[in-house]
Amino acid sequence: MPMHDRVLPFPTTTGPATVPAVHALACRGLNYGAGGKALIDGVDLEFCRDGITAIIGFNGAGKSLLLRLLHGLIEPAGGAVTWSGRPIDAGIRARQAMVFQKPVLLRRSVAANIDFALKARGRDRPGRREELLDHVGLSALAGRPARLLSGGEQQRLALARALACAPEVLFLDEATASLDPSSVLAIETIVRSASTGGTKIIMITHDVGQARRLASEIVFLHAGKVVEQADAAAFFANPATPAARAYLDGQIVNGN
Amino acid sequence: MQDFAEAFLFAFRQIAGLDPDLLEIIGLSLRVSLAATLVSCLVGLPIGALVAVSRFPGRAGVIVIMNALMGLPPVVVGLFVYLNLSRAGPLGWMGLLYTPAAMVIAQSILISPIVAALSRQVLEDLFNEYREQFASFALSRLAQVRAILWDGRYSLITVALAAFGRSAAEVGAVIIVGGNIEHLTRVMTTAIALETSKGDLPLAMALGIVLLILALGVNALVSALRLTAARYAYA
Repeated sequence: MPMHDRVLPFPTTTGPATVPAVHALACRGLNYGAGGKALIDGVDLEFCRDGITAIIGFNGAGKSLLLRLLHGLIEPAGGAVTWSGRPIDAGIRARQAMVFQKPVLLRRSVAANIDFALKARGRDRPGRREELLDHVGLSALAGRPARLLSGGEQQRLALARALACAPEVLFLDEATASLDPSSVLAIETIVRSASTGGTKIIMITHDVGQARRLASEIVFLHAGKVVEQADAAAFFANPATPAARAYLDGQIVNGN
Repeated sequence: MQDFAEAFLFAFRQIAGLDPDLLEIIGLSLRVSLAATLVSCLVGLPIGALVAVSRFPGRAGVIVIMNALMGLPPVVVGLFVYLNLSRAGPLGWMGLLYTPAAMVIAQSILISPIVAALSRQVLEDLFNEYREQFASFALSRLAQVRAILWDGRYSLITVALAAFGRSAAEVGAVIIVGGNIEHLTRVMTTAIALETSKGDLPLAMALGIVLLILALGVNALVSALRLTAARYAYA
């Protein structure tokens, strides 16, 4: 099946009162390579305006790289990531946030980590830090050094810090990898709540169950190409490509 | 051998008895070295941090120069400061030659590269860990520098202590620009050099012991800081 056969038919605006169904974030002809090898190969993407988009695929498919390109952390070799048609810059990146697989916490207390993000984005107001810590269940640990928290707590703190930025788009790079089920549940609850609150979530996960639970849209990446983009229910009911079928069946396939 | 033992005894008596001359020399040594450490931190830390977070053409060359400057020969620095502060020199009008201020200037020049080079290394390691998160926060360069300076504070105190140790143990530069004048610019190292050349070993040894204790104290402080940082997960 040709690429993008399953791409959702995003409706365009029909009048001034209609909100576009596609998100401001998009990419066109995105390329990135290393060592003479194309790691991201001509990726075109538009995302649903709302909900949670899960990017899935085998190891080495280029998922983390794609997320970093979308967030503007890496310059593409070709093509462009755009926000309402404008190239991504620091100003646009400030409207987004990202949580990494291994949380990068400052060598400060839990509270100071939140304060750092609030001040960086000029969103420091009385009580906001307490709200965020309460939201992720870390109020009791506010004074503790962040790097002494457990893995699950660290990831919840990283999420709270990302939410402190009040992002329009939140990127999650395998945010629940190597966490126990209760920590995964806690993170998923926070992510779902952020999505309900209007934050667009674009996440990478290797957990098909998690993608089923959370995602409204699936992007399946294989060997640096988007081979499928579809409504989550439709994708899981009937994956259109052999690679996606193999992935869902748990077959061992080289993502490169 | 007996002379040696007697010299040791005299040295301990001088220290235990808080000999005023000895205290004066130790006091001036500490004041000069602490002042030089402060100046070198004010100069070296921002430079180290800026190089750590910046990527520019020729950066590798700048780092090589910074590292090479750590090995500045003290007598050459002393000579350079002497030439500038002497009456005929461009800064001669300030009248600083043979004053503690001249010694602070010479030592600051000597240890600022140490602070800059060591802090660059420490902060670059930290920055590499934070880089993507900082980019995600869309932080300005200044905000990045401030953040890594704060988060690297325990390691940077170690850097400052290393600079202080070098400063306190240095003799070549301060003897040239200070002149080792009694009650004015005589510090531990210059006094040791003088007393040894005069054959007055007891005072030289007393000062030497104090210098060794100081070096030991600095190292103990560094170790304690490392342990504290590790305990509170700031390492």
